[in-house]
Amino acid sequence: MSNETITRAQLSEAVYQEVGLSRNESADLLESVLSIITDALAKGETVKISSFGSFSVRQKGQRIGRNPKTGEEVPILPRKVLVFRPSQVMKARINAKRSPS
Amino acid sequence: MTKSELIQQLAEANPHLYLRDVERIVTTIFDEITDALANGDRVELRGFGAFSVKERDSRTGRNPRTGEAVDVPAKYIPYFKTGKQLREKLNTD
Repeated sequence: MSNETITRAQLSEAVYQEVGLSRNESADLLESVLSIITDALAKGETVKISSFGSFSVRQKGQRIGRNPKTGEEVPILPRKVLVFRPSQVMKARINAKRSPS
Repeated sequence: MTKSELIQQLAEANPHLYLRDVERIVTTIFDEITDALANGDRVELRGFGAFSVKERDSRTGRNPRTGEAVDVPAKYIPYFKTGKQLREKLNTD
């Protein structure tokens, strides 16, 4: 277990290693993948990536919240939230190498 | 949208690439994220969101059909927190 944070840099490096493209183009392709997913979600579409998981948009209704500092009631406006549901394959892979102590 | 539709869109935007390379690119990205999480790392994609792993304690569950108590072992679950920019994009019409 390493507890590191992986960013775009390592993901595009992996793409670079896998396919014979330049580092720049690999980074651009990663960005394109993220923006294709983002655009689909912004349209309200569900994005299902087999053996990874699915991203779906859920509509939340208005509710009354409270400012925790002042106790004042404030309305929380209706909004859309993103929900990620990991696939069974991903859950199995995440528990394959190690388990919580 | 499915993974193959994502691959198709990416291929259409990059006509100079072979379809099989586009497939490998997309597969590599998702495999890398999964591998990182399996190693206990987190994956942070600014503007999009962050994947991390959370621990779930063991608990006693019940077989919903028979009502029998079963031990559910402690496990890791993947978690995604939506990035600020993506969250804002979802809420602009």
